[in-house]
Amino acid sequence: MRGLVSLFAFLGESACCAVSALVRPREFRFGDAALAFQRAAFDGLPVTIGVGFLLGVILAFQSAAALQTFGVEVYVADLLAIALFRELGPIITAIILAGRTGSAFAAEIGTMKVDEELDALTTMGLPPVRFLVLPRVTAAAFAMPILTVFAEIAGLVGGALVLETMRVPPAAYWQHVTASSDAPMILFGLAKGLGFGLLVGLIGCAAGMQTRATADGVGHAATSAVVGSIVAIAVADGLLAVLCNIWGA
Amino acid sequence: MEKGEPIIRLEHVDAGYPGAVILHDVSFAVARGEIFILLGGSGCGKSTVMKHMTGLNPILAGRLTVAGREWSVQTRAELCRQIGVMYQSGALFGSMTCLENVRLPLDEFSDLSKAARRARALELLRDVELEDAADKMPSEISGGMRKRVAIARAMALDPSVVFLDEPSAGLDPITSAALDDLILRLRAEKGMTFVVVTHELPSVFKIGDRAAMFDRARHGLVALGAPQALRDTSEDPFVRKFFSRGEYHGQ
Ligand SMILES: Nc1ncnc2c1ncn2[C@@H]1O[C@H](COP(=O)(O)OP(=O)(O)O)[C@@H](O)[C@H]1O
Ligand SMILES: [Mg+2]
Repeated sequence: MRGLVSLFAFLGESACCAVSALVRPREFRFGDAALAFQRAAFDGLPVTIGVGFLLGVILAFQSAAALQTFGVEVYVADLLAIALFRELGPIITAIILAGRTGSAFAAEIGTMKVDEELDALTTMGLPPVRFLVLPRVTAAAFAMPILTVFAEIAGLVGGALVLETMRVPPAAYWQHVTASSDAPMILFGLAKGLGFGLLVGLIGCAAGMQTRATADGVGHAATSAVVGSIVAIAVADGLLAVLCNIWGA
Repeated sequence: MEKGEPIIRLEHVDAGYPGAVILHDVSFAVARGEIFILLGGSGCGKSTVMKHMTGLNPILAGRLTVAGREWSVQTRAELCRQIGVMYQSGALFGSMTCLENVRLPLDEFSDLSKAARRARALELLRDVELEDAADKMPSEISGGMRKRVAIARAMALDPSVVFLDEPSAGLDPITSAALDDLILRLRAEKGMTFVVVTHELPSVFKIGDRAAMFDRARHGLVALGAPQALRDTSEDPFVRKFFSRGEYHGQ
């Protein structure tokens, strides 16, 4: 119960700081945000591309096996495009972000908490939320669309390579990909990614701020950041799917 | 504010955390310019009281004022400017150099130019005799040096009160004595008030003008006065035991 109260207090404070930074951009720590962005986006690229690629390969093999019966392997392209752009791209990227970046946020902030650095910021009159949380959450949110695009392209390339071994020419493959995807769908997926990035960033930072000063405190914070993020992503995506269904999108 | 007015005043304060009172009914006042010591066994609530005084945690009952004002959302920004705090671990920011750590409060709150802020930060580091560590990262210097950098950072905005949580814990006797000299020198030069948590009896007698002593078993303040007076005249068995045992180790 107290956890819930402090979670809402944290969200409220984050929102206030965000609004305040929008009004007075000088308050925003651009340097810290840039560093967090570099770590989340650029350093995270290789693993995101790698996992996206493998996901494309696996999906292509699985679905090709079924479609081969009818001799329409090329429709794997449509399936991959829709699945990646709508769901799997943002989700898999967000899960990787949770594991890499969400846990790092929790561990960094948790260590600072244990070392009384958060107290030091507070007594200097520098709210930790403005100082530590805002730059990180912003970085995570903006890293997500970029990482998602790379994961999606890598997945499609993986699918193309698999289909090539099944004698589907790349030209036909890419034609099917473009035919079955449109800008609104891609943008919706990227916006979803941005939302997931916000969730991962906020949950990672919240876990860090609640770290207890025990031997396993920081480890526990990192774990709960990852688990919390993945659950939140799944729930958010489920809700979104239901809403889309209701609105007929 | 007149000179004789205490800078910090606690009236019937219950100290602790939501749902857990650690110390009951604590009352004392810290005068401007004095070095005030918080004494007591570990876990008795010294850091807890310090967290109340520095506005980190709200008190559970009673009244606590700094420079005549209670901590609240409205007074927070202003009161934060009046205090400087050095935490037990130093609490330097690991991603910044020592100079950047000391410069941070200046960057955030002063109107000085960039060059002037840098010069001021170097001057503060010179005060604690650590100019040459300016460009080192906190992880590259020793624990005693980190604490001195943290003192420099706490002094950056010329606060009225400086809080030091166990400045000499974990330091060798020579470094610890040097730290005491530093505190005395800073007080003489800048006239600041110091509130110091310490276990080291030699340093209590050397720097302390007055001390407040807490007892964990009785959940409260058990003695208040000049350290020598407490040692020589206190009738309280806990106080006598604390000083005699400490002296035995201290000499
Ligand atoms: N966040 C907290 N919540 C509840 N109790 C706490 C918390 N932090 C410390 N305590 C308890 O408060 C008591 C006093 O702690 P503290 O003020 O740190 O002692 P010390 O005198 O050694 O500085 C201890 O018994 C400790 O267990
Ligand atoms: Mg303590």
